[in-house]
Amino acid sequence: MLNGSTFIRRELMIRIVRAFDSGALETELDQIPIKLRPKNERSSRCCVYHDRAILKYRLMALLGVSVEDEVDEAKPLSAYYAEKAWSGDDTPAKPKTPLSVCGPACSGCPDARVVSTQNCRGCFARPCVYNCPKKAIEVVDGHSVIDQKLCIKCGKCITACPYNAIVKTTVPCEEACPVGAIKKNEFGVAEIDFEKCIFCGKCFNACPFAAVMERSQLVDVLAAMKRGEKLVAMVAPAAEKQFPGKIEQLLSACAKAGFSDVMEVALGAEMTTAHETAEFIERMEKDPKTFMTTSCCPAWVNLVWKHLPELVDHVSLTPSPMVYAREIVKAKDPSAKTVFIGPCVAKRSEARRKDVDYVLSFEELGAILAGRKIDVIACEPWPVPRPANPTARNYSRSCGVTDAVLAEATGKIPGFKLDSKQINGIDRKTCTMVKLHASGKIPVNFLEVMACPGGCQNGPCSLVK
Amino acid sequence: MESVKIEICCGTACYLLGAANMMNIEDQLPAEWRDKVDIEAKTCLELCERDNLGGAPYVRINGTEIMSQATPEKLLTRIGELIEGAA
Repeated sequence: MLNGSTFIRRELMIRIVRAFDSGALETELDQIPIKLRPKNERSSRCCVYHDRAILKYRLMALLGVSVEDEVDEAKPLSAYYAEKAWSGDDTPAKPKTPLSVCGPACSGCPDARVVSTQNCRGCFARPCVYNCPKKAIEVVDGHSVIDQKLCIKCGKCITACPYNAIVKTTVPCEEACPVGAIKKNEFGVAEIDFEKCIFCGKCFNACPFAAVMERSQLVDVLAAMKRGEKLVAMVAPAAEKQFPGKIEQLLSACAKAGFSDVMEVALGAEMTTAHETAEFIERMEKDPKTFMTTSCCPAWVNLVWKHLPELVDHVSLTPSPMVYAREIVKAKDPSAKTVFIGPCVAKRSEARRKDVDYVLSFEELGAILAGRKIDVIACEPWPVPRPANPTARNYSRSCGVTDAVLAEATGKIPGFKLDSKQINGIDRKTCTMVKLHASGKIPVNFLEVMACPGGCQNGPCSLVK
Repeated sequence: MESVKIEICCGTACYLLGAANMMNIEDQLPAEWRDKVDIEAKTCLELCERDNLGGAPYVRINGTEIMSQATPEKLLTRIGELIEGAA
């Protein structure tokens, strides 16, 4: 669903593409914040000057510069642009951390607390007092008061109150993070601990002030196209229904936008299925009591590496569809550069490890199409050599990988048995549940995990959820 | 009376900036309005030029009236005014 923060992010992206194409990006960059927030007009925050300061940081993130790396506050955006020297540099800039927090945008939300509001009538029954397991609630002067030192935020009082007088205030980014990687620092501003962060992108979506930003490769891609490099668009299966029109029309739109070739990542997914099925059978033959978990969701793989070391040996060693797609591209033309296009933040970290040159989100691809006036519905379908098979196109949905492996093995391998379980979305609860798998307490042999509920089409950078 | 003509801009800019939410507007119409409204998804209406991007998504009503920053709610209200007003 669109909101103010997605709107401004996408608007800035489109402006960048238009300015780049008119050859005026360097001169226009520093004017964008002023144009968007002229004096004497309404501001989104305290004043237009605060808005402009944040818009500058948003543009920095879109240029691929981390807000945290800022040393000289007086440095204009044009200088960042010039410094990256896109004109001649052919080594793709690969941001180490796909996410960046913009301090001035962070509202420094008050710590999560359970508090009693003006709605409290100081009633006689006092279900809040009676239901509190920690005896943290007292009624003082006809109004319930919660002792914050005793309160464990269990929320029993919230459900017990007939007047809805008790509420829980939250810090949305901290609440959304499954691994406790985002916390307020000593200045009360959110900060990401990149040792812990799995790049699932949940904070990016959760922050109502849009203070968590993606470090984009949008301008890197535009510059590479301008240099005449052969860039191949590898479109993730989650693209289905993200844009109006069919996936083949979207491929045509990509080609029109300046990619030298286009392909469905679903073709890579077919290879993942074949290898993952073979790997599964091999593992089961070695040890029928073991289990294997999927490797195509990069946030899940990051979670295992950083937080669940006991599960590392269970993660499938089969490369993800993106990696196979890259192989297909490189086999055809070793000089081509690869651009993965998807709805995922964590894919940026996987791309860095696996030598995929660039990653664009659906939003960024949309901005390129919008900037270049390409309407997907007006494009003829791309003449794909053959469409990817339906199970591969279905990879992005929760259960998609399981279904694909089942379809691959069933009937071909006698005695094949898949006891599967799907973890549909990573949060704190599922993190705990997954640990039970490591201890062998849950009898399944195939565990599919997707960081986003429902699968990739509900990813942090998808257009339609 | 003639039916109300609604042209939703589905150019990629408008689509990205909110038109995606209006794709199923026909399903949201009250049954009694259905045959009085003619809804069409159009390619870029060329309204988002220059500094008008912030006004997206755009909808054109009865060929001349332009609605900027259109939302399903705003659009349904306007359709209602045009139908009820004419009745």
